[in-house]
Amino acid sequence: MEKSAEELYKERSKRVEDAIRLQVPDRVPVAPFFSFFYAKYAGLTPEEAFYDYEKWRRAIKKTIADFQPDMYLDSRFSVISPGPLLDIADCKQIKWPGHGVSPNHYSFQHIEAEYMKEDEYDAFLFDPSDYVVRTYLPRLYGVLEPLKMLPPLHSMLHGYVVAYQLGAAAKRQIIDAFEALSKANAEYVRWGSEMNSLREELNRMGFPSWSESIAQAPFDIIGDFLRGFRGVVMDMYRRPDKLIEATEKILPMQLQRTVFFAKRTGNPRVYIPLDLGSDGFMSLQQFKTFYWPTAKKLIIGLINEGITPWLHFEANYLSRLEIMTELPKGKTICHFERPADIFRAKEILGDIACLKGGVPNSLLCTGTPDDVKEHCKKLIDVVGKAGGFIMDAGAAIGEAKPENLKAMIDFTKEYGVYS
Amino acid sequence: MSGDLVKALSNLQEREVISIVQERLKNGEEPLSILEDGKIAMEIVGKRFSEGEYFIPDLVFSAEIMKGITDMVKPKLVRPGVTEHVGKFVIGTVAGDIHDIGKNIVAFMLEVNGFEVYDLGIDVPAQKFVEKIKEVKPQVVGLSGFLTLAYDSMKDTVKAIEAAGLRDRLKIIIGGGQVDENVRKYANADAYGEDAVVAVSFAKECVGGK
Repeated sequence: MEKSAEELYKERSKRVEDAIRLQVPDRVPVAPFFSFFYAKYAGLTPEEAFYDYEKWRRAIKKTIADFQPDMYLDSRFSVISPGPLLDIADCKQIKWPGHGVSPNHYSFQHIEAEYMKEDEYDAFLFDPSDYVVRTYLPRLYGVLEPLKMLPPLHSMLHGYVVAYQLGAAAKRQIIDAFEALSKANAEYVRWGSEMNSLREELNRMGFPSWSESIAQAPFDIIGDFLRGFRGVVMDMYRRPDKLIEATEKILPMQLQRTVFFAKRTGNPRVYIPLDLGSDGFMSLQQFKTFYWPTAKKLIIGLINEGITPWLHFEANYLSRLEIMTELPKGKTICHFERPADIFRAKEILGDIACLKGGVPNSLLCTGTPDDVKEHCKKLIDVVGKAGGFIMDAGAAIGEAKPENLKAMIDFTKEYGVYS
Repeated sequence: MSGDLVKALSNLQEREVISIVQERLKNGEEPLSILEDGKIAMEIVGKRFSEGEYFIPDLVFSAEIMKGITDMVKPKLVRPGVTEHVGKFVIGTVAGDIHDIGKNIVAFMLEVNGFEVYDLGIDVPAQKFVEKIKEVKPQVVGLSGFLTLAYDSMKDTVKAIEAAGLRDRLKIIIGGGQVDENVRKYANADAYGEDAVVAVSFAKECVGGK
């Protein structure tokens, strides 16, 4: 007898949860890290993916219905913000289709820059909220430039004279900025409601959602968003103490923020891309000094709040695997991009973390279904041995031959059954 | 004296480097000899990177210190130095992709190893590669890309080089992000590089060096 959508939903959830808890599920789960693939597969232009919420929702639904993975991933890791919102806010930190990225390219791209200057650590450390509102946001969004005119936020820490200081926020330019933000927020709400109906539809069809919120290691917040890669590298040599102090300052804020958003979505799995900690980007010593201490505290802090961190080891992490044995058992998902890393991780972390990934995106783009099956067979035989493995591509799936993705999913269902 | 500068720079001691350079300039030393020492130190840095002793942050920082030296010395330079190059290398991030951390590192390592590097920047259309190749006739071309969409741009760029009749005169290496043997075959490149070290040794082979 055909299983009902409700039964399938429970079965799929349990399959994934078993793998995460390092138990042996009925078979290897497969939960692909879909991103712009949705748009390309469903025939949307890149611009439509950013601007036409309804088409984008339908593209995701169609892809999931056609490919039948164990879980779906909604769009928030691909279309980070919908296009109209970026337009209204005049976002300076990314380029997106039609705005710096060719309208034919399925991607958004981050613009490397020093959004925080090298001599601004003290201002940041003194009062991060004030720094963010009056210095960082005006650089990030054109529309928020007038926020520079605000008095220091901490100047409100006083008695009956505060009211007129706060009144400075009522300057015309600032009111205009907030009116623009209000429009941006309306777009966000409209987009969010499409994503909510997507979730309802897919849940009704029996597909649970894989993950809906994101956190980042404090070092990556600084390197990606504040100082840029070059900037943060200079800081490692020129002002190491300030850099470490800033990561420690960010840690509890990132923790609170993540718990807040994760609890709101109700989804326990939180995406944590480990961007700049890779073997290629810094030495093991630098990793231990600057990156790992606060990254680890973030991960443990989230686990203590009942969250399951989905750690994405982007690029090469071979030399860091031993350190990952510090993670508590059965509480994280370690997602590897490189096949070499995931095979070695099985040996080192096999009884500590559920492993995910390992199928090269290049293979999905350029190989044949038989090549994909052969690679997946090796992954299932070795990494999938005795559970604790979820099949997936190494990185977000922007481009892939549909038949290759189909081969990855169908072969896992067929060959990945545990007896 | 000169040994001090080489040592300080290759050990990434920025403050010492600055005071040594200031001292040498004050003593009326030939600015070119300071730059020569800088070059020797940068070769040591590159060698330490190839041997796994130094990492990317070390390269980035050494380049920054070297830039500081050049800025101090340049105003005093009477005649520009003439440098012999081992070969020419055209490099760029392919169309559609704006990522350049990896590309910059490769360009830096090639320069340190004596190549004349023509860096076309980011989001470079295939035709721009072709034009530059016609103009400077490099032995090697490096195509960089971080995103999966770069695979097609790499393929298109190689095709454009072929169509212009230039393919046989040079070697093409690709690299960046998730570029691997699958992508090399797909793009019809001669090699792919996991890191800058591979790129340098491939380029040296191409120009018949050691």
